[in-house]
Parts: sequence; C-alpha cells; structure tokens
Amino acid sequence: MKQKNRIDGGQIDRDTKLRFTFDGHVYHGHAGDTLASALLANGVRLMGRSFKYHRPRGPLTAGSEEPNALVQLRSRARQEPNTRATTAELFDGLTATSQNRLGSLSFDLLAINDRVSNFLTAGFYYKTFMWPKAFWEKVYEPIIRRAAGLGSLSLQDDPDVYDKGFLHCDLLIIGAGPAGLMAALTAARSGADVILADEDFRMGGRLNSETFAIGDEAGADWAAQTVAELAAMPNVRLMARTTVIGAFDHGTYGAVERVSDHIATPLDGKPRQILWRIYAQKTVLAAGAIERPIAFNNNDRPGIMTASALRSYANRFGVAVGRRTAIFTNNDDGHRTAADLHAKGLKVTVIDPRPDAPRSMGYEVLAGAQVTDTMGRLGLTFVQVRFSDGTDRTIECNALGVSGGWNPNVHMTCHQQGRPAWNDALAAFVPDALPVGMTVAGAAKGDLSTAGALLGGATAARTALGLKGRIPKMPQAEDAPVSVTPFWYVEGASRAWLDQQNDVTVKDVKLSHQEGFKSVEHLKRYTTLGMATDQGKTANMGGLAIMAELAGKTIPEVGTTMFRPPYTPVAIGALGGRHRGQDFHPKRLTPTHAWAEEQGAVFVEVGNWMRAQWFPRAGETTWRESVDREVLATRGSVGVCDVTTLGKVDVQGADAAAFLNMIYCNGFAKLPVGKVRYGLMLREDGIAMDDGTAARMADDHFVVTTTTANALPVYRHMEFVRQCLVPDMDVQLISTTEAWAQYAVAGPNARRVLEKIVDQDISNDAFPFMACGDITVCGGLRARLFRISFSGELAYEIAVPTAYGDALIRRIMDAGAEFDITPYGTEALGVMRMEKGHAAGNELNGTTTAANLGMGRMVSTMKDSIGAVLSRREGMNQSDDLRAVGVKPIDLADKVPAGAHLMAADGPVAAAHDQGYVTSACYSPNLGHHIALAFLKDGSNRIGEIMRLVSPLTGVDVDVEICSAHFIDPEGERLRA
Amino acid sequence: MHDLTPTPALGAATQTIGTVTVAENTGVALASVAARTGGENTCTKVLKAVLGAVPDVGRTVLHDPEAGFWMGPDQWMIGAPMDTHEDIADQLKAKLGDAASVTEQSGAWVAFDVTGERMPDMCEILCNIPIRKMVAGDVRRTMIHQLGCFVIRRAAYDHIRILGPRASAKSLHHALITAATSVA
Amino acid sequence: MIIDHPLLGPRDSAEFTYMGDARLIDRPDPDGADAAAAFFDYAYLRDNPAGWHRELWFHEAGDRSWLVVTRNTLTHEISKVELAREVARAKGRSK
Repeated sequence: MKQKNRIDGGQIDRDTKLRFTFDGHVYHGHAGDTLASALLANGVRLMGRSFKYHRPRGPLTAGSEEPNALVQLRSRARQEPNTRATTAELFDGLTATSQNRLGSLSFDLLAINDRVSNFLTAGFYYKTFMWPKAFWEKVYEPIIRRAAGLGSLSLQDDPDVYDKGFLHCDLLIIGAGPAGLMAALTAARSGADVILADEDFRMGGRLNSETFAIGDEAGADWAAQTVAELAAMPNVRLMARTTVIGAFDHGTYGAVERVSDHIATPLDGKPRQILWRIYAQKTVLAAGAIERPIAFNNNDRPGIMTASALRSYANRFGVAVGRRTAIFTNNDDGHRTAADLHAKGLKVTVIDPRPDAPRSMGYEVLAGAQVTDTMGRLGLTFVQVRFSDGTDRTIECNALGVSGGWNPNVHMTCHQQGRPAWNDALAAFVPDALPVGMTVAGAAKGDLSTAGALLGGATAARTALGLKGRIPKMPQAEDAPVSVTPFWYVEGASRAWLDQQNDVTVKDVKLSHQEGFKSVEHLKRYTTLGMATDQGKTANMGGLAIMAELAGKTIPEVGTTMFRPPYTPVAIGALGGRHRGQDFHPKRLTPTHAWAEEQGAVFVEVGNWMRAQWFPRAGETTWRESVDREVLATRGSVGVCDVTTLGKVDVQGADAAAFLNMIYCNGFAKLPVGKVRYGLMLREDGIAMDDGTAARMADDHFVVTTTTANALPVYRHMEFVRQCLVPDMDVQLISTTEAWAQYAVAGPNARRVLEKIVDQDISNDAFPFMACGDITVCGGLRARLFRISFSGELAYEIAVPTAYGDALIRRIMDAGAEFDITPYGTEALGVMRMEKGHAAGNELNGTTTAANLGMGRMVSTMKDSIGAVLSRREGMNQSDDLRAVGVKPIDLADKVPAGAHLMAADGPVAAAHDQGYVTSACYSPNLGHHIALAFLKDGSNRIGEIMRLVSPLTGVDVDVEICSAHFIDPEGERLRA
Repeated sequence: MHDLTPTPALGAATQTIGTVTVAENTGVALASVAARTGGENTCTKVLKAVLGAVPDVGRTVLHDPEAGFWMGPDQWMIGAPMDTHEDIADQLKAKLGDAASVTEQSGAWVAFDVTGERMPDMCEILCNIPIRKMVAGDVRRTMIHQLGCFVIRRAAYDHIRILGPRASAKSLHHALITAATSVA
Repeated sequence: MIIDHPLLGPRDSAEFTYMGDARLIDRPDPDGADAAAAFFDYAYLRDNPAGWHRELWFHEAGDRSWLVVTRNTLTHEISKVELAREVARAKGRSK
C-alpha cells in the first residue's frame, strides 16, 4: 500500500522498507519510524478507543506522554497491552492491534457509552454501584471490567528474559536534547565519567523535530555529530532507548533500557530489557518540556494533536498528518508549526485567540479567534471557529495542531518530595526544590530556547562537577523569547477533554468542584484526572487551571499533585529480572545431594536448602511407607541423615564461654572441654528465639549450632550482642555452616558403624553421651565428632570438610552395609524427634517461653543473659501457663492433627474455653498410632486427662489422652548406651 | 594418609561465552584469621611474614603462594594452593597461637575465575560493584543472585575471582553463565 | 539510600539489614533496682521521631559491622555513620 501522507525530509531511512500490520491490515513504513508515524504516513489516524466512552482516538503527541494511541503490540505470548504507538519503534514484521473495542475499531459497539455520557460523569461509579451491595461482584463489576478495560494480557508465560544491572558515574544526564548533549559534551571533555540516557531511540530531543540551525548546520545534524563525538569517548556511556524512571535517595536512579524492543524477538539469551540502578554523584535533568493542549468541545478527534507533534511528524518522520491543517495556539511557538508545514507546501490556517497574534505572509492567521467545536465521526473533517465579534466560520481540515504553551518536564524533580514553583512568564510550573545532587537544564528548567538550552546544559554540567575557568563560547542558535497568554479552555466548553486517557472533561472538573471535591488531591481521585498510565502528563495543568478559576484562586495556590516513579510504565518482568521460576532464589545443595539423587531421594526446600525428605524404595507406593521403614530401621539398627544444613558458628576467643553465657539462657562457663551442651536462646523479651548445641572443642573454642531456618538471624543477633552489648569481650564469630559436611548416624548399631571409620577409640567410656572432639577418619582426614542425638537413639554427628562429604557418606554406607544402614530424610527425622518429644520450629514459634517448653528451670538466675530479666515477669509465670505435653488418641485409629485445639472433655467447644493446641503431629511406626506434641494450660499437671481435640474448620473432633511428650525411651537409656 | 577423595564444589567444565570465560577454581585452600584482643601486633607480624603485607580495608595482597584479603575489622581470609596448603588453618594456627582465631574455610566456598574483554559488562548485570573503577587487588563483598560473594579484582585487567557459598555453587554458576550470555 | 560506611565508604542500603533504634545499645543493668521496669522500656518502648533518628544497621552483605546511622526519617538525609562497637565503647559498655 502506498504511504499517501509521506512527504519529503525527515530522519527516516527511506531505503529500508519495513512491513507491519495493524488490526490485520498490511502497511509499510521505514526504519526510523514509530508505529504512530508509520500509521499516519499511511493515512491511519484512528488508533484506539477511549477508556470510558469508547470515543475514536488517534495520537495526541509524538512522544512518551501519549494518552491515546495505546495499542497491543506483538502477538501470542509476547503480546503487550497499552503500548504507546508514539514510542514503539517500527521493525519489520511488527504486528499491532487496537484495544478496548467491541467489534471493529471503526464500529465499536460500546461507543453507545458516548451517547449515555451524561450518566457516566465524575463520581459515576461511586454514586451508582453502591447499592445493592450484592450486585457489585455479580453484575456491575464484570460489565464494567469488560467495558472499561484497556488492553489484555496474553495469560501466557513471558518468553523473554530481563536483566537487572548496576552502573556508577560521576554525572548522569537525563535527556539528550540540546541541553543534555551540551551538558554531556562539557562533562565528558573534563574527563568525568558520564552516562547520557534518553528514552528515544534517536538522541537529539527536539532538535530532531525542529528546523533550527546550530552554528552552520541543521540542529539534527549537530545532534548527530555531537552524539558521534561522545560515542568515541571512553568515559561516556550513551544509553539510547533508556528511560530514567525515578530519582531515588542519595543520587540513585532507576532506568529501563529497552535492549530488544526494536527487533521482532530478542536474540538468544539476550534480555528484552534491563532495569538499571544508576549511582550518580551528580545528575543533570534535561528532560525537556511537554506541550499542553487547550480544551474545547470535541477536541479529541483523530487528527487533533499538539502543534509540536504535527511538527515532529513532518520534520522528523516526513509525515503530513493532513493535507489541510489548522493550528490553534495561544503562543508564538504554535506559529512555528504553521511556518514549517507551510514550508513543506501544506495548506495552513492559524487560529490564535490573542488579538496581537503574529501575522504571516504565507498563510492565514485568524487573530482573536477560538476553536469552538470540531466535526468528523472517525477523524477530523472540520473545525468551527468563533471570532471576537461573535461570528463563526467553519474550516475544512484533517489535521489540527493545538498549543497551549509548554510545561517544563519537572516530573523527576519531585520524586524526593520537592514541589515545583509557578512561573508567570511561562504560565507553567518550573523546578524548585530538587533531589540532592540534581541540577536542571534547558526546557525542563524553563529555558525554552535552543540557545538557552545549550548554555544551560553547559552551565549545569560545570556547576555539577565544580569545573572552573571561562565557559566556552556556545554555537549560534535560535533564541526567541517565550510569548504566551494563558489560555486553558474555550468559554462554554463542556464535553472538552482534559485527560484523554481517562476521559475526564471540563464538565467533570466543574462537577467535582460543585460537589465539594476542591483540593487537587480530591479532584484527582474523584474524577481520575491524571490517574491513567500517562499520569496526566498532558492533562493535569488544564484541570488545575480550571479548578483554580472555579475556586477563585491562582494556580500556584491550588498546587499540584505528587509526581511519583515510574516516569512511564515499566513491564513487571523488568522489575523481576532473572528471579523467575527456577531462578526465583538460589538453591543450596548439601554435600550428599548427588548421592541422594542416586538413591532416588525426594527433596524438599527448607530455607533455600534442598533436603532429602525420604528415600523411596521399590514397591513403596506412599511416602508413609518409606518414612515408617526409615524410622523403624534406624531405631532397629542404624540410620544416617545429612544434617549439614544446621547453622554452625565458630565461636573463639578468651571470652568465648562468657559470651555463650550471655546469649544462652543456660550456663556454659563450666562446660568442660570435649563436651556438648544443649542451649536455649531467648529474645530480650523472654520468648524463645532458637535452640541448638554448643560444643567446647577447646578452652577458647566452641562450635555452636543453630536451627536450619534461623542460621542467619541468629548469627546477626550474636554479632549484635558482640559488637553492641559486650564490645570488649575477646570473642570472634565466623559462620561455618557450609565449611563442614555433617551427618547424624543414629541407632543401636551407630557405634559399630563409626568404629570402622573413626581412627580413635569411641567406646562408651572413651566417648560418652554428649562428648565431642577433633578426630580423624579413614586413616587421617581431619574431622569432628559429636555424640548428640535428636532421634533419641545412640547417635553421633560426624563432620568432615565439605569437599569430603560425598566420599564420607559413601564410606558410611559401605561400613554400615552389614547392619543394613538406612538413609533417612527430614520426615523420618521429624517423626523420631516427635517420638522423643524434642521441640523444633513448630514449638519455638515466636510465642513460647522457656517455661512453656518445659525448660523454665534452664533459665539461670546465677548470671545475666539475653531475655533472663523479662522471662521472670509475672505475666509469663502464671500457674496455668501453657506447657509442652504429648497427645495420643483414645481410638488408636484417629489422627491428632497439628493446629487442632484441646478442649475439656465435658466442657463446651468454644474459643473462650480453649485449653491449648497441637503444634506437631505424626504417625509413630514404633507405637503404631498417631502422636502429637501440644501446648496445654497447666499441662504438666494434667498427664492422663482425657480431652477433646477439635478443629471445627477441618471437621476434627476426637477424644485424646494427655501424656508425657517423651513417647519413646523416657529415661534416655538408649542415648547413653 | 586417609583414602577419601575430595569432590569439587561443582565440577563445572570451563566455558567460554563470547569473550568471557568462566572457570571453576578447585585449587584454593582457605582459612580466616581474626585477631584477638591483645594479639593484634603478633597477628600483624605473622600476616606480614606470610603475605608480605597486611591487607588493608577492601584490599587483597596477591602474594605467592599465600594471598589474603580483608573481610572485616581485624579479620582476613588467607588462601593458598590446595596441593600444598590443605592444612592451611593448622599452619596459620601454629604461627599465630593465641593471637588470633583461625577457622578453616576451604569447604565453605566455591571459586570461579572470570576472565575476558566483556567481564566488566557482565559484572554490571551481576552485582553492585564499581568494577570499572576497581584496580588490581581490590575486593568487594557483594550479592550475586542473592548470594553473598567476594569479588576480587586480580592482576590482569580482565580477570576477577569470585568466592561464593559452596552449597549454592550450581546456582551461582548458572547466574554467571546467564550473565555472560547476556553480554556476549 | 546510600550509607557511608566508616570503613568501606558509600554502600547501597540494600546491603544492610535494619534493626531500629540505636538505644538498643543501652541495655539496662540486669542487677539494677528497677531492672524489670528498665528492661520493659528497653524491649518495648521506642520513639518514632519525624526527623533525626539514630538507628542500627547491620552490614550483612558486607563486613558484618553493626553501624549507628543518624538519619532524618523525613528526608532520608544521613548526617553521621559510626561503627556501633565504637559507640558502645564510648557509652561505657566495655567492662
């Protein structure tokens, strides 16, 4: 198809023809086009339907501030909704579809909303759908969702990958227009490390869209040459297609680089986008300015756009939006569009409400006139103009450029709570309080001329970097003064759109005021002005101006709403980066992982650790069969379990024992060398924090273990005590969790197995219960042995340097073969600790005290320790406090599930009569029935009591008997065997 | 002499992606040294004797056969070839006595050597370190794929050594290869 | 936020773990006459100032130092960063 609106000129590559489709129709454009410019070149002005009223819409702008031309880009899994056609870079094979329509784009069945718009005004949803309540979910919401959506998601996994990265620089420059380029040049020539970021794929900013000269050359050429010079400098990083999305604390900036969005699919292994965190010593914001529209009736028809957008399409992209163009402007800049289009041979009429509007020899200027209405169902065909004497005239045209003046782009200056200041000469807000380290230059600062931008850029860079000496001479450039007469909306305008993305009209703002929502923050939320994905970049000023007029205040008195990151929408994938699916977080593998995989182990994630949960054998069909076998085999002969994941902290120093006395509630000072002791750590409020063992390897050396889950917080806590509470104790802490492979070998034959491996005498006399020591294994490998038991059996934990972990497990299995040694996983481990009545995470759950756990007497009164004082509070020492007990079912077939609550056998079942709750439960293969650990009020005095265990939620109601938590070997004879 | 065979943290084959080569280094024995109260002078003397100098804050002393870097206040990591120094902790303890706490660390870490022209680009999407400003011997503790790692800038301009938690060697290697592919 | 570590220089706050009020260094005397009341205050009562606040940060992904950071909670301005161990010593916790 012919590109009927393509005209000469522009920075597109006419030799590269790109094929693309929009709503299934095939079109052609060129490299350097955006989707919007290519569509306009093909005469397509209608690109979408509006959010609420489904009004036909085309692009309002040629940039990222675009509210209207939102399309669904790409297809299938890569389909991305709400993509601005004005920034989407054209590539060969691009497919786009329009969104928010029912039927075709030109015949949208929901356009009926436009006819009933009298009912859909501000606050409509609040007022209408309040009643009846039940209707909301079932009736209203589905209808509204269908009607008032934007684009839709593919509902498939995103096939692309995203990276996150970190950059450091002396000077970050945001925006590569004349100010940004000159700032970059100035800074780079001084030797500073510079990052120049621009959201556009072509650097140069407005220079690419204007016909201005800089020195002897065209502005766009000067920009290209400057970019080339910067690109050749090693201290400069040019980042095109990169949107700085937020200014965060202390010179930290977020930026999204669109690495692959300009090609059909990313190259293999390459990211689609990178979310950069940029650490900048200083920043120059040169983000330019955004032209604002004027509100008049039906100002939203396709073909109506900002005057500067018309200029961009003509000068940069070689596109005439219409052959006959009208310009409606209140300032001199609007006349530039007229001049440029006229120079390209297009017919132009200027409508300027100022009686003293500048005249032209080339085209018609209607001074003192206003556009009062427009016509054209799917695109502009006529504008209606009213003169100051009250007479009307209709002008035939298919493009209308509107200019209400320019708003400096202050967005990023406000991310650290700064508010802009009003500037009367520009009739706009300009930056005031700035984030630390930021300087603003060029149009973003209010210097709207090219010469002002160049000088401002150089000055800002010099100020930021503290450069001395005379400022070099700037090249000659356009330096026209700003001449603007504030003009926000045409008298009598009603269905005049302020926020085209959220369909907010002048009438809505008036209604908001009338109904008492007068503050800007209320106005915003009541009308949704500025709350769409464009954050009202083209809309907010008009709303503020009208609210100011209605309130009889000035615009600065009314104030602005907050600007917040991100500057433009960010794909959720970019925020997630590589941390998706399997890579959501790293995995920690134990030294036996490869061996366990060979055994067919089923793994479970604990923290980030992958632990063997059980080891199924042929013929076993349920996990219970495997677990029961592992438990019985261990208690019957011997089992082995990888316990490497327990946190380990090396505690050394002359005051190591005194330090442990401080962090554990029980005493450690008198623990002999070569012995292990169980230790309970409390929080300062007296609640149990963690438990573990401390093994005294030498007078000045302990090895402390923590639970797997708490390894990190406990280490942090220990460092806090060491550095902040006892700063001069001679104690050093090193986490050694991963330095040692550690295995529990448990069961009556444990010693017989280890005797074949350990080089030293480990007989009961030489190495009794709770002994520990440095040993060697297999003929001389350094190792550690601890005679501790979580299972309640004769047991050891043996540790070797991690690199030997794989070899050791295989050696243990060989040595244990004659005893049918059985590897067991975390499930069997759990069953055995419950059978033995040992507390674990379910019991140390952040609400329980040492007394609750039945360890109240462990809290030493002979010494200070963290939590000791508050553990003695009256409220935590009541006679009916919870105590750890065992629970078994009366009917041995019943389960006694965790989470169920204990009630008196004959009392009411109600929360008010709650007696306690089950924390851990399992089937005990040794006892042949289910067992549980529980906390029960005054539990230690209620052994033998029959109670009801209930869980109304899951339908549990069983009779149980309270018993000792030590179901197996209560005297501990096995441990000491 | 024992007859157990050590296994490498990962056993990954050396891979070159574009200009970047990622190689597991299984030959480093490690031990940490933390000065005790009153032992600072002895500690300084021993470290000087072993390394030639005491590593300053954020710095590595690249010495042969032992090298060392600063881990924290009064705390250093000492490394040496595994072949000759598997008992590095014992060797250091013998020299330091009560002047310092010595902890064997060989099993706690996996080491990867990353070399090549685009190593700095790769670093930028891996971790928050100013890689282009780092000079030979600089060391930073940083997070790579949520894992606490040490990154040591070695003598060659395009060479870093990464020490990461051994148990996560596979995840860390995957992150390195992914990043190398991304910048290749 | 950037925390200017006294030893390591500027580091991103993401490398740190936050704990809260630096008054946690002032652990009461457990043998004091009013120990129970003092510990109650210590464990539970915190000021929540809109403005300058001294707080504890742990350099978990760094050198494992606890720091006392003086930060304005309204602006995030950081005026001072000290090693908590030095602060504790200065407060006489050395005995």
